[in-house]
Amino acid sequence: MSVTILYGDRTTVVPGALERGGHVWLSPTDLASATGWKLEDVGLCQGDACVRTQADWVDAEGRVDLSAFAAHQGQPELHEAAGNLRAYGASVNTRRDALFSLEAPDFTLPDLDGKLHSLSDYRGKKVFLYSWGSY
Amino acid sequence: MWQAVYAELKNQGLEIIAVALDTGGRAAVEAKIRAADCQERPEMLARLMGWSPELWAKQAPPTYPCLIDENHVVADLYGMVNVPQGVWIDEQGRIVRPPESAGTADMVKVMNRETFEIPEPDVQRGMALRDAYVNALRDWVRRGTASPYALPPEEVRKRLRGPARNDVLAATHVRLGRHLFAQGALARAKHHFDAAVQLCPEKWNYRRQAMMLDPGSIGELNAGPGFWAAVDALGDAPFYLEPDLAPVS
Repeated sequence: MSVTILYGDRTTVVPGALERGGHVWLSPTDLASATGWKLEDVGLCQGDACVRTQADWVDAEGRVDLSAFAAHQGQPELHEAAGNLRAYGASVNTRRDALFSLEAPDFTLPDLDGKLHSLSDYRGKKVFLYSWGSY
Repeated sequence: MWQAVYAELKNQGLEIIAVALDTGGRAAVEAKIRAADCQERPEMLARLMGWSPELWAKQAPPTYPCLIDENHVVADLYGMVNVPQGVWIDEQGRIVRPPESAGTADMVKVMNRETFEIPEPDVQRGMALRDAYVNALRDWVRRGTASPYALPPEEVRKRLRGPARNDVLAATHVRLGRHLFAQGALARAKHHFDAAVQLCPEKWNYRRQAMMLDPGSIGELNAGPGFWAAVDALGDAPFYLEPDLAPVS
């Protein structure tokens, strides 16, 4: 079945996903494109970070239980039945550690013309980061 | 409005990055920062925001980056709870002042709800706070780490608002809500924004956004009964927690 995965900045439609027991299962290829986590010998890896795979995370067909992995990581998962959407958030620890390191969390966002800017582009200058809203 | 400050300080090494936490995206944001609107803004707004007549007279369309954050990601990353808020980041990418009201005084409660007029003593207080904030920014730009307004790490950590489970869950609701909004599923989008407000009632950016998702209200400033009811519900708590600008050595 088709599930749309919202994970970090990524929005990925996965036609070959499986829902079973309230969890969503993805092939390793789909998992990598939807989340950036790759199934390797040592576990699920993203860059230098690896998480040891638990026995019941991978089924007989080689699909990975994304819901169980997210829960293990402390990442919230929300399921929207209409449209088969699944949204994954950051864990508290990820957010907290990043913020309390005092290294300004990086982000990449478009300007009015659609041009992307990252905070890290401005390294070497003092930055006054200013949030506002039209509301 | 920060353009006048930017024009003054950009050659001294300051960059301003404005981020609009706006699920309505470009449509919501664009009208607010066009040149024509700068000329049309009533003087009331200057008084509300505490801008001095000198700086207000120098207003111009921004030449610094104005980014659009439809998912409120920056608020999530930095623990922001309202708009406008400012964060100071040094040349090494370190936070030297955590999110705080960027010199905006807590005027919402003393404002006349029909005319938006503010009593003169409050206007004077607001201008003094804005002045103090802009002066602190100038001092940091000039003196860097020697500035008593660039806070030491332990002081920054003390003032930071660390996330809890509700915060990351609310952010996930907003992410899902924004996706549904973009798909045109307005009722479901609202459901998720409302869930975020329930989880984090103190986050006014979510609350204000949730009230202004209808296509007809996108880009409008919310001064409806729902907004005022929420302000009344604050009791003695502030709408904008005013910044603590005491020098720290």
